[in-house]
Amino acid sequence: MEFLKDLFVNIGLWFSGWLTGFMPAWGVEVVTGFLGAIILVFIGLFAVLILTWGERKVIGRMQDRIGPNRWGPYGLFQPIADGIKMLTKEDIIPTGADRWVHLVAPILVIIPAVLIYAVIPFGDGLRGADLNIGILYIVALSTIGTISILMAGWSSNNKYSLLGAFRAVAQLITYEIPLVLSIITVVLLTGSMSMVEIVENQTVPYMVSMPLVFLVFMVAASAELYRAPFDMIEADSELIAGYFTEYSGMKFVMFFMAEYINLLAMSGVIVTLFMGGWRFFGLEEILPFLNPFIFFAKCAFVIFLFWWTRATFPRIRIDHMLGMAWKALVPIALVNLLLVGLVDKLVEGTLLTSGVLLIVNIIEMVILLAILDKVGGKTRAKTMERVAAQQG
Amino acid sequence: MLKTESITLNLGPQHPSTHGVFRIKVELDGEAVRDLEPVMGYLHRGIEKISEDRTYVQVVPLTDRLDYICAMTNNQAYAMAVEKMAGIKVPERAEYIRVIMAEFTRIINHLLAVGFLWNELGAYFTPLLYCYRERERILDLFEKTCGSRLTCNYIRPGGVSLDLPEGFIPEAKKLTSHLKTFTDELNTMLTKNEIFISRTVDVGILPADLAINSSITGPMLRASGVPYDIRKVDNYSIYDRFDFDVPTCDHGDVWDRYYQHILEIYQSIRILEQALDTIPDGKVMGRRASRSLRRPPKDEAYGRIESPKGELGFYVVGDGSKNPYRLRIRPPSMINLSALKEMCEGQKIQDLIVILGSVNIVLGEVDR
Repeated sequence: MEFLKDLFVNIGLWFSGWLTGFMPAWGVEVVTGFLGAIILVFIGLFAVLILTWGERKVIGRMQDRIGPNRWGPYGLFQPIADGIKMLTKEDIIPTGADRWVHLVAPILVIIPAVLIYAVIPFGDGLRGADLNIGILYIVALSTIGTISILMAGWSSNNKYSLLGAFRAVAQLITYEIPLVLSIITVVLLTGSMSMVEIVENQTVPYMVSMPLVFLVFMVAASAELYRAPFDMIEADSELIAGYFTEYSGMKFVMFFMAEYINLLAMSGVIVTLFMGGWRFFGLEEILPFLNPFIFFAKCAFVIFLFWWTRATFPRIRIDHMLGMAWKALVPIALVNLLLVGLVDKLVEGTLLTSGVLLIVNIIEMVILLAILDKVGGKTRAKTMERVAAQQG
Repeated sequence: MLKTESITLNLGPQHPSTHGVFRIKVELDGEAVRDLEPVMGYLHRGIEKISEDRTYVQVVPLTDRLDYICAMTNNQAYAMAVEKMAGIKVPERAEYIRVIMAEFTRIINHLLAVGFLWNELGAYFTPLLYCYRERERILDLFEKTCGSRLTCNYIRPGGVSLDLPEGFIPEAKKLTSHLKTFTDELNTMLTKNEIFISRTVDVGILPADLAINSSITGPMLRASGVPYDIRKVDNYSIYDRFDFDVPTCDHGDVWDRYYQHILEIYQSIRILEQALDTIPDGKVMGRRASRSLRRPPKDEAYGRIESPKGELGFYVVGDGSKNPYRLRIRPPSMINLSALKEMCEGQKIQDLIVILGSVNIVLGEVDR
């Protein structure tokens, strides 16, 4: 019973104990490290299967249709069929392409996506590595993804790809700033960059105590993942497929997989930073083996939010999007940082800090709405008046 | 100084947002459109020329394939031109059926215009699929009436090919009231969406004088503030018996063109309600129609209607034989495209796609 209580951690301990029986200590380290890496990669790959199926099913329901339902129960094997189809496709390198850059880009896009999983804590003691700079590592890795998108767009010798790459650089670099600023807020409050410590510090999830920071992070994250309404990079109705227009077969699958691996990784980061990771009202203490399930359930909720926006919102225009980042999100994130720093310094006690933070956040939100109303209100009122006049 | 270059982008003929095989050569300065040139003709099938080898009635199926979303109105425009040339009288019941079919077709077209516009805005098919659902209901009625959903071949010179099936009128009445609810729903869900307003208000403005000079017609002209509707101007068929308005918008931007479609759906529903209530009994095909078409006069005529996309006209020249000597089509889709350059200059490439979507073209009609 004791073994079952923290099942996954105990399996790991039992396995390494078994290995120690006939292996030197460094051998155990190598074997367990290797197996752990394989498991982490498989979580990413398995996520692709589930998420592609889930996205089509959920969006299908929202659009009044059934979604995939032909192969397997509820169409669960549909991703496998897609995979086989993609594997058998011809691999095309367009004439005039920068051959090596074209070939390397899909590999380079998937590596950082998979590497992020190394530091995400799936449960108490369930993680690849507890880096003391975990969150910095994630920010650094997501920047590599930008370079590979630029490589793919530039090397394809296609103007749609090139335009997609232009937008990618503008968008991803712009939205990295509010993203990092919100991360800093969390790090400031926790006093640590380690993902595990961030989770352990959240008696009250930061989503509740700092809703504004969470909102800024969500918006920036959906732009970083280039998901709707910020999907200008691939913008199927404008740029056909954006930077990967010229990719086919397995190389296309690489981009596709990277997108979904990133989706789960980013929602994992959101869950860790703002929703208390594997913790759920003390349940994690009573039944520790539930930890990964709680974590993935929270991830599923975040991913569902992304799907929901994708199915219901039109795309923002690129200048509006960049304007929003520089004129709204960055100032808000900076003010957040200042206020959180002040509260953290002045107020003692975890619960009290959370309460004060929540109040400060709400006040900030009210003031912010007032300011926005004053700044952009005139043009907006004009537009809305016109819209209303037409309707009447 | 850095050396800068403009990009020449070939938008189409294969592109998801060009409604078929339309091609635009765009000169881009980064994201902004500097110049553009539409290239047409990738779907040219020579319908005008083929018509010269067919009898007058055999031309009707060809007109289905012009604007394949609105087959009924195409049939009607052609039938009106031929009737005018050969002096054929149409029975009253047939006129009512024509009006009912034309207004249903207008609703189909306007729903799809709204849906596809949203698709081009990047809403990932959601509004479009809901519009498609309602369109299917109307197409079911069409199928019941003439056996075909898209290429109806129903309205012929002299009347319509078949009488309405049993139970059509109550079913159509039910559908009409349902469509009204659906349009209300569509209006609440879409019209005031924040992103939608920011994407469409003051984008692709078409001033009224430019619209008139480019001989643009239909919802696009009315969205620019000109209350010109051939149903009112010509009072063709029996449109003078129905009580309906010609709604207009003032600014002529993409938002207005979107909202114009919503407003016109309501007017179509009004006409449908009245027509379904007052439809008389009687014959549906003119008595002397087939005889006059076997030996038609040596004459020429221009018949025009307010098709959902604008003024659709057929110019028929007969030389006394069974075939038309020459058939000329005035396609609203193509002529509405003529101001595309003026609307798009200086806008972003994302706006170009949306503006093209708001023009609402069907390539079968543009290239004929």
